[in-house]
Amino acid sequence: MKKKLVVIGAGMASGRMLEHLFEANADYDVTLFNAEPRGNYNRLMLSPVLSGEKTYEQIVTHDDAWYAENGVTCRFGEKVTGIDRDRKVVIGENGEVAYDKLVIGTGSNPFIIPLPGHDLKGVIPYRDLEDTQSMMDLGAKPGSKAVVIGGGLLGLEAAAGMAARGVEVTVVHIMGHLMERQLDEAAGYLLRKSLGEKGIKVMCKANSKEILADENGHVRALLLDDGTELPCDLLVMAVGIRPNTKLGAEAGLAVGKGIHVDDQMVTSDPDILSLGECVEHNGAIFGLVAPLYDQARVLANTLMGIEDAFKNKEVSTKLKVTGCDLFSAGDFAEGEGREDIVFRDPARGVYKRLILQGNKVIGAVMYGDTADGAWFYNHIKEGTDVAEMRDTLIFGPAYQGGAAADPLSAVAALPADAEICGCNGVCKGKIVDAINGGATTLDGVRATTKASNSCGTCTGLVEQVLAVTLGEDFVMPTSQPICKCSDHTHEDVRRLIKAQELKSMPAVFQELAWKTVDGCHVCRPALNYYLLADWPLDYQDDPQSRFINERKHANIQKDGTFSVVPRMWGGMTTSDELRAIADVVDKFKIPTVHVTGGQRIDLLGVKGEDLPEVWSDLNKAGMVSGHAYSKGLRTVKTCVGKDHCRFGTQDSTGLGINLEKALWGSWTPHKVKLAVSGCPRNCAEATCKDIGVVCVDSGYEIGIAGAAGMDVKETEAFHKAASEEEVLEYVQAVMQLYRENAKYLDRIYKWVNKVGLDWVKEQVADEANRKALVERFLISQSVYQKDPWAEHVEKEQARYTPMANLMMEAAE
Amino acid sequence: MTQWIDIAALVDIPRQGARVVKTAQGCVAVFRTLDDHVFALEDRCPHKGGPLSEGIVHGHKVTCPLHNWVFDMNTGEAQGADNGQVGTFTAKVEAGRIYLDATQLMARSAA
Repeated sequence: MKKKLVVIGAGMASGRMLEHLFEANADYDVTLFNAEPRGNYNRLMLSPVLSGEKTYEQIVTHDDAWYAENGVTCRFGEKVTGIDRDRKVVIGENGEVAYDKLVIGTGSNPFIIPLPGHDLKGVIPYRDLEDTQSMMDLGAKPGSKAVVIGGGLLGLEAAAGMAARGVEVTVVHIMGHLMERQLDEAAGYLLRKSLGEKGIKVMCKANSKEILADENGHVRALLLDDGTELPCDLLVMAVGIRPNTKLGAEAGLAVGKGIHVDDQMVTSDPDILSLGECVEHNGAIFGLVAPLYDQARVLANTLMGIEDAFKNKEVSTKLKVTGCDLFSAGDFAEGEGREDIVFRDPARGVYKRLILQGNKVIGAVMYGDTADGAWFYNHIKEGTDVAEMRDTLIFGPAYQGGAAADPLSAVAALPADAEICGCNGVCKGKIVDAINGGATTLDGVRATTKASNSCGTCTGLVEQVLAVTLGEDFVMPTSQPICKCSDHTHEDVRRLIKAQELKSMPAVFQELAWKTVDGCHVCRPALNYYLLADWPLDYQDDPQSRFINERKHANIQKDGTFSVVPRMWGGMTTSDELRAIADVVDKFKIPTVHVTGGQRIDLLGVKGEDLPEVWSDLNKAGMVSGHAYSKGLRTVKTCVGKDHCRFGTQDSTGLGINLEKALWGSWTPHKVKLAVSGCPRNCAEATCKDIGVVCVDSGYEIGIAGAAGMDVKETEAFHKAASEEEVLEYVQAVMQLYRENAKYLDRIYKWVNKVGLDWVKEQVADEANRKALVERFLISQSVYQKDPWAEHVEKEQARYTPMANLMMEAAE
Repeated sequence: MTQWIDIAALVDIPRQGARVVKTAQGCVAVFRTLDDHVFALEDRCPHKGGPLSEGIVHGHKVTCPLHNWVFDMNTGEAQGADNGQVGTFTAKVEAGRIYLDATQLMARSAA
């Protein structure tokens, strides 16, 4: 007599398992339950159905005829309510079925975040044909909007499918980059860029707060915790799945994250087996199809008494979105003894990274060109020794011994209308035309186009355009790259960040062909500055790319303690401020108090963990950070001016305070120190500052580019202003010009020496240009002019305290 | 024998950052890299005693904030022309929690 096999769930895993059984003519009478009113279809293909590339009929794997042919009793659309293990029966809504062997393939449930409003109409997961249909229906309505929560595989496929049907889609993702489980940051950046080109808006690091309803109880918008409202007609939650273990658990089987199975796919009951997304094997649960097919084979063999064992293997992932070519396989985290081989081709938007351990490839992430994915995946699975082909491995099977990466590709990738020379408004196309017209040297290009003829910071780029256009006929002069991570100079990087509108660190790494995964201590602080200076509203300051002093808003000392300098506007203070400082010194036993050259009081020897409390006390007395640690505005030193001094000509103290109030908090390529003297006797030493003002009877003489450090240099006359307002305008304009153009760690005098004082004067003298500079400075100040001490006291206390204290444990 | 102590959650350390754990024989710097690996090193540069926990983390390396010595966190060895080594401790991450080996911390104190 045939044995009775009952299968709960007609999914991809159980479907494949039945195929194995029938192919081997196994001796079983099969009853198949499915809660959905249909048989097995290829769930992976729902995305092509959604995007209109396939129809439902094309993705059905087992039709009615197949079930009939193999004698399967189908109980579709009927839920199983329980399993009675003592009597060995499955209890369905329409009656019981006895079994000799039972297979549980109940799959998984989509995880729904319990946000307020998650149960509104129009809030759906992306799991089955019904969900797919809802999304397809939305595409039929013109002007409809959708929000997808979740930037993983499924969420992005849902987003791309709806976008292909004309829906305006926004993806909201809580992590820093898309598909963080399959992709590294660099590939995530490229993916985001491709999706953007398809009109899909992506918001990363976005926290959902609430789903808002209209008057009919239907979803109206998603509210984020920063107050942003994203209007939508449909909200798709694709944040993950959870094994559906309900039946197994109720039947008393061993259940953890999923239903526990051994290597033979047998549960804690020897007559009950399980497979698919509902199981847990050696602590792992499953969401991709490849291991499920392995489980199907093993389970079928177990049922037929053939020895077999399931082993969880590396899996590879591909995203089924047309035009987004990505591939990821194996383990791509960095680790001990692991090495990366990175290849970037910005011109084609290609990124490839192989992760090697010893002489074996253990992981691969690819974007833009995934043709060799299968070849690498094979090496990962086989554990091939790649020592012999290591040098050319990244180029794939066809290119053993292929060409090296091209450092010029970033420039080659620029469109003809990309601006190369900002001073004279010269685009790449014009330079190429000039070169083709016979200007084959830098001087020739300068003479015909004026490119690189003014401030000169684009010289490197013009040379690269020459090299790209002329090929081997042009010999590149050697210039100093930013660091070992890149072939570009600081100046090139700055101009390319502007020309290509690069607004994030991964964008710079990819488009400018960085050779490391996340830069180094030399390039990261520079890039962080360039990005925040050029894109104040778009770029998010990255504390981890800042030197410790700017990260902790205090100066580290040789013994690891810190110094604290409160701001004293224009060098003025009061008895209350002095009293508060004295109290802080006593309370925290600060060993050293010093009066600085910038007219401030420096408290030295403060312990790192005391910083927030010290700041909090100083904040309470009305004092803020003096930024004595920053590449930014430091101090404005003043003399007492005409209020007290018998020689004073103007209110130098008042002007100094006003300048400091306007400029404080701004980040600059290097530190900036100012002074205002009330008369030419110059008690505030204004003539050796980065920017100095000397008051005279007839107005204000502004000098710039002084120095009194490693180099000593007198300021150069910059502008004679008639009023305080004019001083403020000119000083803010020159600050912004410096912020936008100088190389990181060049003081103003070094920068002026490179670009020429005349050029700086011309830029600021032009009224429209000056006003625009001031406007951009004010935009930046609207973001960055804030007291970091107050902010850290409020939100970042944890950074300053030890994470754990094991003194007690260790002493025991 | 390894005796794991639960120190903190992984998310308590920012990516490309570090936090300090105080022990009887000095501070241990616990680093988290961009790819979520965790390393524990003596928080003391062999050069001039700089606190490595305050350095810039890049790849699996950290740069000392005082004089820019760079250390490979896998081995604790100084990179490039600099010669020196900083002590490393075994650390692991499991289910989002960071663990250090207590026996190692003790042995170090006995030595």
